[in-house]
This record gives sequence, C-alpha cells and structure tokens, in this order.
Amino acid sequence: MRDQRVVEILSGLAHDGEQVLLPARLCMACLSALPVSGVGASLMTAAGPSGIVLAATDERARQLEELQFALGEGPCVEASGSGWPVLEPDLVATGSPRWPRFGAAVLDAGVRAVFAFPLRVGAIRVGVLDLYRDTPGLLTNRDLAEALAFADAATAVVLHMQDHDGYDGAGPALIGSIDSRAEVHQATGMVAIQLGVSLAEALLKLRTHAYATSRTMSAIAADVVNRRMWFDGDEVGTTRRRGPL
Amino acid sequence: MTSREQRLATTFVDLADTLVANFDVIDFLHTLAARSVELLDADAAGIMLADQRGGLRVMASSAEEARLLELYELQSDEGPCLDCYRSGRPVVRDDLVAMRTSWPLFTEQLQALGFHSAQALPMRLRNETIGALNLFRLEPGRLNEADLRIGQAMAHVATVGLMQERAIAASELLATQLQTALTSRVQLEQAKGMLAQRAGLPMDQAFQLMRDYARSRGRRLSDVAAQIIEGVLDDEVLRKDRRTRPTSPRA
Repeated sequence: MRDQRVVEILSGLAHDGEQVLLPARLCMACLSALPVSGVGASLMTAAGPSGIVLAATDERARQLEELQFALGEGPCVEASGSGWPVLEPDLVATGSPRWPRFGAAVLDAGVRAVFAFPLRVGAIRVGVLDLYRDTPGLLTNRDLAEALAFADAATAVVLHMQDHDGYDGAGPALIGSIDSRAEVHQATGMVAIQLGVSLAEALLKLRTHAYATSRTMSAIAADVVNRRMWFDGDEVGTTRRRGPL
Repeated sequence: MTSREQRLATTFVDLADTLVANFDVIDFLHTLAARSVELLDADAAGIMLADQRGGLRVMASSAEEARLLELYELQSDEGPCLDCYRSGRPVVRDDLVAMRTSWPLFTEQLQALGFHSAQALPMRLRNETIGALNLFRLEPGRLNEADLRIGQAMAHVATVGLMQERAIAASELLATQLQTALTSRVQLEQAKGMLAQRAGLPMDQAFQLMRDYARSRGRRLSDVAAQIIEGVLDDEVLRKDRRTRPTSPRA
C-alpha cells in the first residue's frame, strides 16, 4: 500500500519548482508542515556519519548538523546507529548528560528541543532528518506521524538522487520509487550476495536497472526472487537468464 | 490435558508474556501467526497492524502465500482483513459464493493461490482496534465455532500483550514503535533474500530456517536477521539446515 501522505509530500515537492534542490525543498516543506524552528537532513553510511549535509533550512540548522559530524555525537548519530527516532523534547533538562558536548553547543545556539528520524531501508542506513525547535515540548502524535511521513519522503529523495547521479528532477520517477513490497527487499538481499556487494549497493543496482530498462522495481524484484533474472558482476546491471530453481 | 490443550495453554502464556527485556514485536506476531495455523483448522495465517498513520501494514504471516494475499487486500482495498479492521468485528463468510459477492478481486486471488476460505478476527482492546488476524483455509467453509472462539481469544490476548508493551514503553517508543517494527520487517526480508541466495532456497524455506534457528537458540528473529546481514551467521544456519527434516509448506 502506498502511504498516501508520503505520496502527497513527494508530489508537492515535484510542483515546487526546480530552482531549489530537492532535499532543500523537502526540508522547507517539513518546516512549514510542523511546529519546529529548523530542519536539516544529512547522509549517513554503514560506518556512521558521512559528513555530508544534504540540506538545511537555515544556517544554524546546517551548523548543528555539521557539529554532530565533527563531535561524533548527537541525536542524528544516535538515530542512525540505533534505527530508532531520537526525541529530545527538553534539552535543558536532558540534553547535556546525553550528549555532553553537542548538548552544550545546541543549547548555546538557542535550541530547546530536537527530534531526529533515521532514514533507513531495513539495514541500509541512508541518512537522518533532524528537526530543531526553539521551545521545549513534545511533538503531538499527529506531528509525529507527519514527521515520520517526511522521513519516508526524505528516504525516497535520497535514493532517487543516488540513482539519478545527483540530478534531482522530481516527478513520476521519484514517486514511483517508494515501492516497499517484500520482494523488493528480498531481491536486494539476493543481489547483494550475487554481486558480493553491500545491501545499499545492491538496492542501487536494482534501482538503476529498473530506471535503465523502464521497468518497475517490483517487476524486477519478482524476476530476481523467482530466479528469472540474475545480476552479474562484470557489467553494471547485466543479467543473464537462468532456469527456475 | 490433551497435547492440544497443553499447546493452547503454552500459547496463551507465550502471547501474554510481553513484559520481557528482549521483547520483539515481529517475532511475537510471527508466533501468533504460526500458532494460529498449528492450533486452528487453518492452513495459513497473516497479521496486519495499523501504523501510526492509520494505514494497515502486513506485519507477519505463516507462509508467503498469506503475505501475498494480505498485500493484495491492501492494494485492491477489499477483503476480510480490511472489513474486520474497519468494523472491529470478526468477518466470516459461509462459502465462496458469499466471498465473491463481498470481495470479487480478493476471492479470485485467494483461489489462484489454492485457498478456498478466508476469515478475519479483530485485534481489539476495548474501543481500539489495532489490526486483524487473517486465517486462510485450503478447504471451503468457515472455521467451526470452537476454533473461532479460540482464535479470537488468541488475537485478544496478543492485543493485550502488545498494548501492554506499548504502554510500558516511554512516550517516544509508543509513538514510533511500529515504525521501528517496519524497519525490522524490511531487514528481515533483506536477510531472507541473502540467505535464500546463498543457500539456494525458496524464500519461505529461508525464512523457516531463520525462525527455527532463532527458536532453538532462544534468539530474537531480528537479531538473527541482523547477523545474517552482517555475514556472521550464515554458515551456522546452513549447517543446521542439513540436519532438519524437509519442510513441507502448508499451502
């Protein structure tokens, strides 16, 4: 089932004009949809922070993202590592003990609450979406649901940019990419073994192959899972036919 | 007690026992699905839960077929599980004719996969319905009353267990737990794919292998999946495979 809200968010980004990069548009949309003061998105890798800030709604948010990379601690590092959202509604009360150095810096910057959402596809760590707020307090359930939808949309954006070489033209390709059927993930696991690569690379291979052959991810995944298609190491996305198992 | 009664008693204890340190939602739901097939006159079972945004998600199933059917229900927006979740009441039909009238697309898929009966029981506590348990049969016809009651009791105890688990968690866990469970779910699929490829197994047998391994060592399914992905568990699982009896898929 498509998550209707995620599709809405992505469609909204597609219509927001092409002058601003897609991740920046996503952060801005997130900022206007939620009661927060700033939004930042960063790329993560299996090894930890990549040091790459994808986008931020303002200079302070960008600095806080970079600071987490520099210090190696903070909600985004924690969220990405654990796969759990990190919700810190009152940094004055709890921030410092949790992240001694980042806690102090974030308070100095005037931030009172921070909410970090891991962008993950199962075991694949894609990035983190960080929301900053100048006032303490919990996100309501409705806001949390909205933030989670934005995290899903952000995941789609990052994956889309990866297999479009950073080009961020939105549109149908972006929205069509949020297929999360079981077969897609099973095929990712199979291709990772076939090619001897990480799950992240295997997913990218599947996606670029889908894009290059104008087929859907689920069609390709079904072929892989049913052993009708095989990924070969020699060339990118090369396949050869094999009989069923 | 007969062995079935003993098994029932154990199942109820297992389903109520969620206040443990290493509680794992996905594993828990798979237990519910597996025990439903074992104890009721059903050939496959699947569980859908509502996520924080009110959308239903397939969370666990006893066989790939059950998962496919549930996914199909979600896509076509018709079927017993959806009706059950929306109404909060059990949904059963007497025969295929009645099923076809209510859910033409779903019933066609059901038959295509070799099943001839489907019913759904709500996972509901007081006024809150959090999901539904779907039961599929190869033979036409509904479950008998006794089985329906036992199935409903299992779904109920499981719901209480889940709610309890959600209630004791900190507020942030409460709101994001299902999201995290979804990540585990995806991770499980990735691990299944890796194992299926490496061992040359069909998907559901790869899953069976992971489950049996987790069970026999008292490990969490999510942890086993994570270790397969990290590449530290594969051989051990495979060695065990050679010793296990041939698996007979239920459907």
